[in-house]
Amino acid sequence: MTAAPARRPLPPLGPTRRPPLPKVAERTLDNGLRVIAIRRPSVPLVEIRLWVPFARAPLARATVLSQSLFAGTVDRSGVELAAELQTVGGGLSAGVDADRLLVAGAGLVTGLRRMLELLGEVLTGATYPAGEVAIERARLADRIQVALSQPAHLARAALSRRMYGRHPYAESVPGVDQVRAVRPAGLRALHADRVRPTGAHLVLVGDVSPARALDTAEQVLGGWPAGGRQLTLPAAPAPRPAPLLLVDRPGAVQSSMRIALPAVDRRHPDHAALQLANMVFGGYFSSRWVENIREDKGYSYGPYSMVEHSVAGSALMLAADVATEVTAPALLETLHELGRLAVLPPDADELEQARQYAVGSLQLGMSTQAGLAGVASTYAGFGLPLEFLAEHTARLASVSRDEVAAAATRYLAPALAMGVVLGDVARIAGPVAALTEVETSDASVTGVVGPGAAVSDVAG
Amino acid sequence: MARTVRIPATAYPVERFTLPNGLRVVLAPDRSAPVVGVAVVYDVGIRSEPPGRTGFAHLFEHLMFQGSANLEKLAHFRHVQGSGGTFNGSTHLDYTDYYEVLPSNALERALFLEADRMRGPQLTEENLRNQVDVVKEEIRVNVLNRPYGGFPWLRLPPVLFDTFPNAHDGYGSFADLDSATVGEAAEFFTRYYASGNAVLAVAGDFDVTAATGLIERHLGDVPARPAPVRPSFAEPDLTTERRTAYPDPLAPLPAVAAAWRVPDPVDDLAGYLPYVVLAEVLTDGDAARLVERLVRGDRTVTSLGGYLSFEGEPFDVRDPAALVLQAHLPPGGDVDKVLGAVDEELDRLAVDGFARGELARVQARMATHLLRDTDAVLGRGLRMAVLEQQRGTPELLNELPRMLGTVTETQVREAAATLRPYRRATIEVVPGGAQ
Repeated sequence: MTAAPARRPLPPLGPTRRPPLPKVAERTLDNGLRVIAIRRPSVPLVEIRLWVPFARAPLARATVLSQSLFAGTVDRSGVELAAELQTVGGGLSAGVDADRLLVAGAGLVTGLRRMLELLGEVLTGATYPAGEVAIERARLADRIQVALSQPAHLARAALSRRMYGRHPYAESVPGVDQVRAVRPAGLRALHADRVRPTGAHLVLVGDVSPARALDTAEQVLGGWPAGGRQLTLPAAPAPRPAPLLLVDRPGAVQSSMRIALPAVDRRHPDHAALQLANMVFGGYFSSRWVENIREDKGYSYGPYSMVEHSVAGSALMLAADVATEVTAPALLETLHELGRLAVLPPDADELEQARQYAVGSLQLGMSTQAGLAGVASTYAGFGLPLEFLAEHTARLASVSRDEVAAAATRYLAPALAMGVVLGDVARIAGPVAALTEVETSDASVTGVVGPGAAVSDVAG
Repeated sequence: MARTVRIPATAYPVERFTLPNGLRVVLAPDRSAPVVGVAVVYDVGIRSEPPGRTGFAHLFEHLMFQGSANLEKLAHFRHVQGSGGTFNGSTHLDYTDYYEVLPSNALERALFLEADRMRGPQLTEENLRNQVDVVKEEIRVNVLNRPYGGFPWLRLPPVLFDTFPNAHDGYGSFADLDSATVGEAAEFFTRYYASGNAVLAVAGDFDVTAATGLIERHLGDVPARPAPVRPSFAEPDLTTERRTAYPDPLAPLPAVAAAWRVPDPVDDLAGYLPYVVLAEVLTDGDAARLVERLVRGDRTVTSLGGYLSFEGEPFDVRDPAALVLQAHLPPGGDVDKVLGAVDEELDRLAVDGFARGELARVQARMATHLLRDTDAVLGRGLRMAVLEQQRGTPELLNELPRMLGTVTETQVREAAATLRPYRRATIEVVPGGAQ
């Protein structure tokens, strides 16, 4: 169907329209809570993000706490809390990682005060009722069991353990037994100790007047008793060169390849150059890696690479799931593309394309209430003002090709890689070992996959 | 606690017109941020696949990205992303969509790209074989290599339905995918990718007059082809309960999903809306009926979901459609107990009705969900394109929150009363391959 009589030219881009700067107001309450309110009136809603620093909180207890935070207060049961939030079109939920406890949600803007009141009630009076905690503990244990059967989770967990060793970033999900051992008294103690306004921030984005939103937040949450501890994590170890770890999943029809490389934080002078080098390599669809192993060779559906930032460290992460029989060829192409970028500068055209994409993505991310709330909260958690977005955009626009090439050499060299492949080791080990030094983990990862366990009735 | 909340509405202006070649166009200008969403929706989906060609609609979707009249392979991706935008496409039961969201200075470029592939994708043997491989990897990563793969969207339809269009695997069998030919792809394009079978929607930062001119310039001369006649996919409702179980060797815990047929979402919107509300009454959040009963009370399930249509998009599907409930159970969980409790709760709702304020709060929450989805220009454009295609009323997007708010307690009770066990199709996931 290639009926092309005369080539039609691609239309040029129109003049760039810079995003109007949203109205932002900020206030630190007497109890230490920092409140940031941003006006984006596109829909009659408001987004809420509360970030509470949680470094060094014990993982199992912190995870059960996040799931039980809304399970009841002195005045209301968990069901009543949920119903009251729903009444103003609202919903709030909590999640936790090694850096923070994050409460997130949205609702009708007319219900902002009510949502904050309910949030405040939970922050100052969550009771962790024994019955409700038992339910949340059991649900969490089941979810963890399911996660332990997911190849994406297992591969990532194996890599994190390898990268971080004894650092808290090594484990993102507690063990089932640890979860079952958590008691309500321990949750109340952790809450009293750590769910405090010191170092915490609240972001409100939506169809609000920022000044009025700050007043509301101050009136409602000003009574959250001051306190909390400013704990920090030691710097996370950077990925270091190591043999590729093969983790056995007998019968797997795909191999899950996860590779880590060093990276720098958002403030580092190399950050923009590294971000662009990553784009050119595998950070978006029009990258070398995706074009190679997906669009040329058909080895993988969704390979991607990204610079991941945590408070105590950053790393560049590669992920691809590939058919068992092409595991080694896919690894070969991956190492080839990393090496090619590390030793040869990117083409000027492909760099400009990556630059446009990086800048455009920032713009698109700011265009919804939820996107803006996410960016503002993440930045605040890393000690960055929202203006950093404009500064970073300017840096992306001005980074030179030489700087990007240097960053590729410094951070993307295949000699620096640390990786894991989860798959059917009996079938992949030989070919993979022909490419790189390998180590095999002691045991297979789960007992749930037996030999020949591929779901062949669907495969036909 | 019967606090009443006014359900807000959006007021996105909507312009519609049809080009001489039959392409329908919907415009929703909004200049509040310099971004624009462009969506083209073709009226062909999984249900239109011919027997022996399972997965073909989705495979063809992949081929629409592989070069076109004036663009070589990979050019589409590069031009969108090199303009600072993102793109994708997806295949549904009743339609296939293609879309971009970009900084608004790239609008003309996006229109050019969509026009070019509407004129004709480059259907080559090499591209076909490459994308068959990619699709097989997609199926491996989403279905074969993971626990609960295809649950319930690939597993439940063949229990609820009998005819090939409604019951077959929309991802496709490897055998069907491997045997697909370029000739079949060309026929599929000619038949279903006609200008008269498509809707273009543009939402976001543009001037209506200027955008109309650009659309006429780039899409006006796409050769006209009429839309094929869409057959009815109607099937009789179930008269006796159906239930199957299947082993999932990768799944660690049991799961269950059940579906009941619901009124025609398009021709009987008034009859359909109470079911949309009912699904939320049952499952949205910790205060929802079934969550309270099954998760917090009986503890027979650990998580629960309820939604309309197998794809979870209540206003993107035509008849026949279904209300689906799905639950994950704790170790050793008892599916019969879960189903029995669901029946009891449906009865209780039908007979005793609502608690004070219960319906109103669910409706308020539904409004938030709808408004949040349409906050993004792309979400808005896509929804409007599908509403135009299936109903001829893109402006319905502005009305839906309020319409859901007018559904009455009596209507929801009557809807609950129809979800009888004899009309139910159920699948059970047996973990670990035992039995």
